[in-house]
Amino acid sequence: MERERWINIALALLLLAAPLLALAAGEAFYVTLATRVAVLALAAVGLNLALGLGGLVSFGHAAFFGIGGYAAGILAAQEMTAMPPIWIVAALVAGIMAAFIGAVSLRTSGVYFIMITLAFAQMIYYFVISWPAYGGEDGLPLAVRNQFPFVNTLKPLPFFLICYVLLLAGLLLFAWLRDGRFGAALQAARQNETRLAALGVSPFPIRLTAFVLSAMITAVAGALYADLTRFVSPSMLSWHLSGELIVIIILGGTGRLFGPLAGAALFVLMEFLLGSLTERWQFFLGLVLLGTVLFAKGGLIGLIAGKARNG
Amino acid sequence: MAEAVLALSRLVKSFGALKVTDDVTLDLREGEVHALIGPNGAGKSTLIHEIAGGVRPDSGTIHFCGRDIGALDTAARAKLGLARSFQVSSLLPEFSALRNVMLAVQARQGSSFRFGRPVMRDASLIEPAMAMLEKVGLEDRAVIPAAELSHGERRKLEIAMAMGLHPRAFLLDEPMAGMGPEGSKSLTHFLDGLREEAPILLVEHDMDAVFALADRISVLFYGRIIASGPPHEIRKDPEVQRAYLGERA
Repeated sequence: MERERWINIALALLLLAAPLLALAAGEAFYVTLATRVAVLALAAVGLNLALGLGGLVSFGHAAFFGIGGYAAGILAAQEMTAMPPIWIVAALVAGIMAAFIGAVSLRTSGVYFIMITLAFAQMIYYFVISWPAYGGEDGLPLAVRNQFPFVNTLKPLPFFLICYVLLLAGLLLFAWLRDGRFGAALQAARQNETRLAALGVSPFPIRLTAFVLSAMITAVAGALYADLTRFVSPSMLSWHLSGELIVIIILGGTGRLFGPLAGAALFVLMEFLLGSLTERWQFFLGLVLLGTVLFAKGGLIGLIAGKARNG
Repeated sequence: MAEAVLALSRLVKSFGALKVTDDVTLDLREGEVHALIGPNGAGKSTLIHEIAGGVRPDSGTIHFCGRDIGALDTAARAKLGLARSFQVSSLLPEFSALRNVMLAVQARQGSSFRFGRPVMRDASLIEPAMAMLEKVGLEDRAVIPAAELSHGERRKLEIAMAMGLHPRAFLLDEPMAGMGPEGSKSLTHFLDGLREEAPILLVEHDMDAVFALADRISVLFYGRIIASGPPHEIRKDPEVQRAYLGERA
């Protein structure tokens, strides 16, 4: 546990140092790359709450990521360009959707849960594509990045710092939820729901709450992603993105606090390094994923920090 | 006669043509151990499931502490004070022994929607849980994940978790299963004291334990109760001997 803490701190500092070094070297592009890591990591932190702690394999978290993105895009189109209110709206809308989707899909488990969450996400995807008011299939460009008080968000470094701070906040929230009584019940629901019920705690409301909180975090990441690319595309809602978030978590370490960051860093680095060599870089991603699943079930964090110990 | 804590009345359950619970009436009174015995396939486990809320009977009523609990789910029944142990140990494998019992304490306090305050720094969970582990003799194994405990230790942890709920009644489904003669003996002694905390409905195959502990014994045979009474009567009952004990004689 102690070792994992040091690794976590090192990872957090590494992500902070990367853009500073890049700027010092005059390579502003790498700041954007680091921002992409932070935003995808935050999205995965959200999913990690449901998937890692709760064992809820949601194959539809792109819906919440996309809802966050469209919240940012649509509000910006209405001249509401302050980031904090946008994040709140993104989180609230996604939370309400998740309460509805969760109330239906959490009545199932296993493969059925995976398929139902996928189905809901695809419904939202096709709805957005066929909705011409906000770009439909073409997506929705943001003229300028949304505003944050006293910060010039158009400069890469300040925007990275915003994303970085939100990532840290998301990680703190995750740790806080995991270590408290709610987190104990949620992890118990994953390990043995019959036992949890026999102790007098219904698993369903616990899981639903986790699913909603999970969606809210992922939605904030979606809003940041829209600002990062200054473009909201329906592909944010596509099942590929749901899959990528799951891959990020598995690569980094399922249920581990910094698993999403480790996984997102690995994912973005592979995408960038291998992507510049071949268009079929995902072939190699598949190989790495296969290796992780077969030989390093704890992901990158598990590989360097050892098995998780639960108190 | 003390009032019944748990009372089953004319319970019936069929799986297709098979009647697994056939007009079962049975009660559990304060301070007693009521043993439920019967050959394999007699319907004991189904009956436990019906009481705990996992299986819904076709007809009949279940009263617990004077309240009809037939419409309640497992969690709601447990919350009222019905604690069960499982025939095959059912634990939280990744959590330590201590955290398993802490979850029971947390469930009793009804605080699973409390956020913040790390449980591992929460004395109101750790201290009662540790006390339960000491009672069953697992205090030295508190930090070991449940998955790494021995079979006997897991059986004890099951009971510690049930005790952590401070229940009004215990449903113990074969607590001695796979314990070995020494383990059974010490567990028998332990359960003898446990009845002070709450009455025990005990399903058990270990006849030495049953006859040592039970105030009353009910014999289930093909879903029907064929005899019910104090141990010495059950021992003499000709129908019981034919149906069940006869196999051993």
